[in-house]
Amino acid sequence: MLPEEITQFIGKEAGTSIFEVERETIRRFADAVDDSNPLYWDEEYAKKSRYGSIIAPPGFISSPWFSGRPTKWGKKSTSSSEARGDLILALAKAGFWRALDGGIEYEFSCPVRAGDTITASSRIKDIIGREGRTGKMVFLIRETTYTNQNGEAVAKARQTSIHR
Amino acid sequence: MAKQLYWEDVEIDSKVTTLPKVATSQMLVKWAGASGDFNPLHYDNSFAESQGVGKPIVHGALKRQWLIQLMTDWIGEEGTLKKFSCQYRSMDYPRTMKTMTEPQEGGTWYCKGKVTKKYVEGDEHCVDCIIRVENEKGEATTPGRATVILPTRG
Repeated sequence: MLPEEITQFIGKEAGTSIFEVERETIRRFADAVDDSNPLYWDEEYAKKSRYGSIIAPPGFISSPWFSGRPTKWGKKSTSSSEARGDLILALAKAGFWRALDGGIEYEFSCPVRAGDTITASSRIKDIIGREGRTGKMVFLIRETTYTNQNGEAVAKARQTSIHR
Repeated sequence: MAKQLYWEDVEIDSKVTTLPKVATSQMLVKWAGASGDFNPLHYDNSFAESQGVGKPIVHGALKRQWLIQLMTDWIGEEGTLKKFSCQYRSMDYPRTMKTMTEPQEGGTWYCKGKVTKKYVEGDEHCVDCIIRVENEKGEATTPGRATVILPTRG
């Protein structure tokens, strides 16, 4: 039911980004959530914990700052992240120009520590057309895998956006 | 931090300790800056109207992060959040600010959860929960699920 111009993106790579997890960025994030967990704030406290250093809250890594955002200097605007931009354009062309965040699913496999370098690789997992209360909608499902500098899998996220 | 929760301490239907939150326009600005989500849907009145949501809405990802805090506060430092999911079902509108630091009177959101399953998988002592962000009317605007690994007393 969806046109080929949209469905052709299913399975395509949707960008890889590499970012460093910084202590102050973690604190700013925890502050915005109003989360006073000392594991995010207090280096001395965190050192004595089982983590051995400040960690990032689960969910921190999927911030738009880190995944899929092209940088001003263009390093992250690989051809694969362009695929995502092209898909958004194709959706808008087909009349789906309004977008809302639909939800997220995570599997966490290892903690993210301050100082880690994370590689996030996204793929367009699926694109589903549905008839909703307010008309036609498109569910876009993007899967991202996160790996740290030691090659350990950190987390997997499946994000759904709803286009109307 | 609250005292450590152990696997032996929970049963099916045990409640996750409720976490109250107040979303304010100020909090949304902070979240935008901290997360990098600069969608004008969350701060621009006319854009929000053109998108069919009326007024700026609370970021789904901020509500997700409240629910993650609900779980990490409850399971304590020795607990591990293994799986988490949530859906942004209904809009939530932040309180506006009365002073530079104080919000206007208005609604409070409650992050809640309860245990649905308790089991051992390999060497992990797991607990499944259903969770939600509830608005002042008691409606679950953001329902979800979480699986945690808890330490044992043994």
